[in-house]
Amino acid sequence: MTDRIRKLREQSLSAIPHLSPERAILVTESSKAVGLLSAAMRRALTFRTIMERKAICINDGELIVGERGPAPKATYTYPELCCHSMEDLELLHGREKISFQVDDETCRIYRDTIVPYWTGRTIRDRIFVEMTEEWKACYRAGIFTEFMEQRAPGHTALDDKIYRKGMLDFKADIQSRLGALDYHNDPEAFEKKEELDAMAVCADAIVTLAHRHADRALELAAQEPDAVRRAELHEIARACRKVPAHAPETFWEALQAYWFIHLGVITELNPWDAFNPGRLDQHLHPFYAKGLADGSLTREAAKELLECFWIKFDNQPAPPKVGVTAAESSTYTDFANINVGGLRPDGSDGVNDVTYLVLEVIDEMRLTQPSSNVQLSRKSPGQVLGAACRIIRKGWGQPSIFNADTIVEELLRQGKTAEDARSGGASGCVETGAFGKESYILTGYFNLPKVLEVTLHNGVDPRTGARIGLTTGDPAVFSSFAEMMDAFRRQIEHFVDIKVRGNNVIERLYADYMPAPFLSILIDDCIAKGKDYNNGGARYNTNYVQGVGIGTITDSLTAVRYHVFDHQTMTLADLREVLGADFVGHERIRQALVNKTPKYGNDDDYADELMREVFDSYYCAVDGRKNTKGGQYHINFLPTTCHVYFGSMTGATPDGRRSGTPLSEGISPVQGADRKGPTAVLRSAGKMDHVRTGGALLNQKFTPQLLEGEKGIENLAHLVRSYFALGGHHIQFNVVTAGTLRKAQAHPEQYRGLIVRVAGYSDYFCDLSKTLQDEIIARTEHQ
Amino acid sequence: MLRVSPRRMTGIVFNIMRFTVNDGPGIRTTVFLKGCPLHCLWCHNPEAISPQPELFIRADLCIRCGACLEACPHAAVRREDDMFVTAREVCRRCGCCVEACWSGARELVGREMTTEEVLEEVSRDTVFYDESRGGVTFSGGEPLLQHEFLASVLQGCRDRGIHTAVDTSGYAAPTVLDAVAEVADLFLYDFKLFDEERHRRFTGVSNRLILENLRRLTARKSSVIVRVPLIPGINDDDENIRAIGEFVASLGGISEIDVLPYHETGLAKYGRLGRVYALREVARPSPTRVEEVAALLCEYVATVGG
Repeated sequence: MTDRIRKLREQSLSAIPHLSPERAILVTESSKAVGLLSAAMRRALTFRTIMERKAICINDGELIVGERGPAPKATYTYPELCCHSMEDLELLHGREKISFQVDDETCRIYRDTIVPYWTGRTIRDRIFVEMTEEWKACYRAGIFTEFMEQRAPGHTALDDKIYRKGMLDFKADIQSRLGALDYHNDPEAFEKKEELDAMAVCADAIVTLAHRHADRALELAAQEPDAVRRAELHEIARACRKVPAHAPETFWEALQAYWFIHLGVITELNPWDAFNPGRLDQHLHPFYAKGLADGSLTREAAKELLECFWIKFDNQPAPPKVGVTAAESSTYTDFANINVGGLRPDGSDGVNDVTYLVLEVIDEMRLTQPSSNVQLSRKSPGQVLGAACRIIRKGWGQPSIFNADTIVEELLRQGKTAEDARSGGASGCVETGAFGKESYILTGYFNLPKVLEVTLHNGVDPRTGARIGLTTGDPAVFSSFAEMMDAFRRQIEHFVDIKVRGNNVIERLYADYMPAPFLSILIDDCIAKGKDYNNGGARYNTNYVQGVGIGTITDSLTAVRYHVFDHQTMTLADLREVLGADFVGHERIRQALVNKTPKYGNDDDYADELMREVFDSYYCAVDGRKNTKGGQYHINFLPTTCHVYFGSMTGATPDGRRSGTPLSEGISPVQGADRKGPTAVLRSAGKMDHVRTGGALLNQKFTPQLLEGEKGIENLAHLVRSYFALGGHHIQFNVVTAGTLRKAQAHPEQYRGLIVRVAGYSDYFCDLSKTLQDEIIARTEHQ
Repeated sequence: MLRVSPRRMTGIVFNIMRFTVNDGPGIRTTVFLKGCPLHCLWCHNPEAISPQPELFIRADLCIRCGACLEACPHAAVRREDDMFVTAREVCRRCGCCVEACWSGARELVGREMTTEEVLEEVSRDTVFYDESRGGVTFSGGEPLLQHEFLASVLQGCRDRGIHTAVDTSGYAAPTVLDAVAEVADLFLYDFKLFDEERHRRFTGVSNRLILENLRRLTARKSSVIVRVPLIPGINDDDENIRAIGEFVASLGGISEIDVLPYHETGLAKYGRLGRVYALREVARPSPTRVEEVAALLCEYVATVGG
């Protein structure tokens, strides 16, 4: 690592996340502008205002420039979506974990201007007005969460287009589309014109932002005593003058072009998963090869530029969340997830020299942002897997590994072309998407164990006594397990109905009131269709509902089947009573449920078959439903931190889990329930049909000793390849002992830098809630 | 050799452990067969010595509910203060208390399995064996003690294309070894002590048969990796190590010796069996000593692993 990078990295790590009112002020001002403007144009003008007036920040020594806020970790708010109240600000400032400093001036601005203007006018306010009472009851009960109540739909990654075209080229495309509008035969021609005009305004605005950085760089150069730095500032100015207006021609310009575009996307709105360059190694390789060939670039220089680029991600914490959304995604990480490896669009192996360079960068930078992953296909060389495993062994959970072949199959099943599927990958945590061509929206988490709890109580949530489900009958009088499963299935369908109805309204709210014309320039085929990203402009439009707690629900249903129906060691009424008492006074029964019951994760078909049945029930309830953008709903399995929140809303479960404790994470077995080693876990998880998902997340915990030496690397690589041969979508490892984690819990000050894998992302252990820390400690440790 | 229908063949298995990575090449499943003619002082599988099932009690899991006392038909369990104690001389290992135990603190170690059952279980990880060039290892106890059963499972593995290894002390009749060598792909052959008297003192038996069998295996060109457990103060002296190295080198055909440093992980099992461990004072060998031993052995064979 060079001195420059060491300094910039240190600066980023030590910068304290704080709120910047800048965006809120500019958005509020521009929203007051009156006139007969379309929603798209209104948004475009707001975007332009920010690009024209935001403070420009160029940090000392950096080569890739641009911050979202006025300084590193100065974090914007998005009051038009969710306006933080004064109480929220106080909470953000004061909370122990994932806090944001809020200074007095920001508080004053919020109190005097922002809160009074936006109260009652936000998307969030409108969502809660439009949702039905039954939706609200389910939301409050912890049946599902809603992603779009504080953050905009995003969940997308970019393809290679910005390396071929500059904003001026996109503007030319927009102009040509405008010229081709058929006002005689196309009833939407005028709407399309409004949208395309808005895109053109945004294209100019991002160029303005880049030029302002060029101006600032020249100002700094004029005052710069050091000749070397002065030359760098001139180079920065030159690059910013050129990109993203024009297509980049050098490695440096390519990174700078992406970064401005990234900033544009995460400033326009606060889309989930920020934004993501997609297959970075493939995009950069032509610039890398050309630079090396003509002598304008060295491997070391390319690496330093990449490391400068990495730091830019770390400088942008996820926008501050509150309430349920903060609980489900309690992290500063904003889920930009860099993909390397995989396949090329023509189906050949995608690994190149930049792949290895990126892996070195990941290793050296050791940052929680950006996330990173290796797409591993059958065609990927063992060398790339070995290189990834050597980093994974260090224990901080990056890069994660994806099965590129399964991802292609998933995308093909969803109806993508082979080329679009091969140039896709994973973003966020583990979500599958066709990069640059798809809007794949995560709509919310779905609490599968809670649905069983409601089923066991014939439609009533025992935590509150409220009737939120269907009356599917008192399970105590069910004569067979099939009846039980049938009731469970009907309840799932019922809650999915409510969830989908809600999302089909929320989707229209974003389409009508919160278009994203800047993002729409970047995703095919928004320009061609003259339609916004939030209104079905993308070539593919997918909605995901993320199932949570597959381990807990499988073990719970298994326990019911095993003890109540197959072996009749207890009646359902007794079991329900024991659960109601949270096992107090019934420890014997809890022990039997824990120890004398087949469990998912042990390659035991008794349990694993039920996992498949639950999967099918959930799949049938969700998959193929229509959204309002011409696309469909699909399922995936990832929790972020929602397994903790859902656990807190779910009473004791028949697998012996106590009330309020976390559910199982991803598709991992219940913490401690897997007792037959990692191969048995992988076999169990491999029995799920991953191809019918849009991503299923598996985490495993190994002790460092198990992965020692060359043999350790080989074993890890073999496990990964075998799991992928079984069809697994994703795997990631924590390599740390419970002992170390307990020490970190007791002495956080000594373990500030300890990073662990949480779910589909890594985070600082000390930033996690105590419950989540305990949950990670409780995960089975393979030794 | 005698071929018995696999379905009718049974053996006493006390554990089938998946993802073992130190018992031969690649990712493996290790099948532990019960019964051993040796009584090594450092034995880390004490539950393996008796050929019969045995009762394991994990006091740390006991919830003091007394279900075992109620369940025992032989009045072998009694209450002592807060604990439930089993009189092992009375216990008939019928498994009633195990069945009744809610917390899983009681476990019957060793169960009769058919060849087919073992094959079904070990075949589950075939995808991992294929990927890693791994397979199945048979250990114990002394797996050759149940040689007919062993041979039938080995044959079944061969039929399924699964690589096999036999982890043995080498203490068996030469004809038995021959029969097993016909169907095993690799032997992991324990070599503890070269001196016969010391061998007798620490393992309870002479090593003559063991040395002879090792010679026999190499003569018939079986694949063999010699494994030396390194027990400080018992067999880690230069003299013994050199003698082992010389003997192995003299046989020709063995290219690898693995050094297995002593560890205490089996210690807890003595408590669960209600027995006392004789080597409490022995500590793990230092990494330096392990390196030195490896260096010594390097003079005799191409590869020293472990």
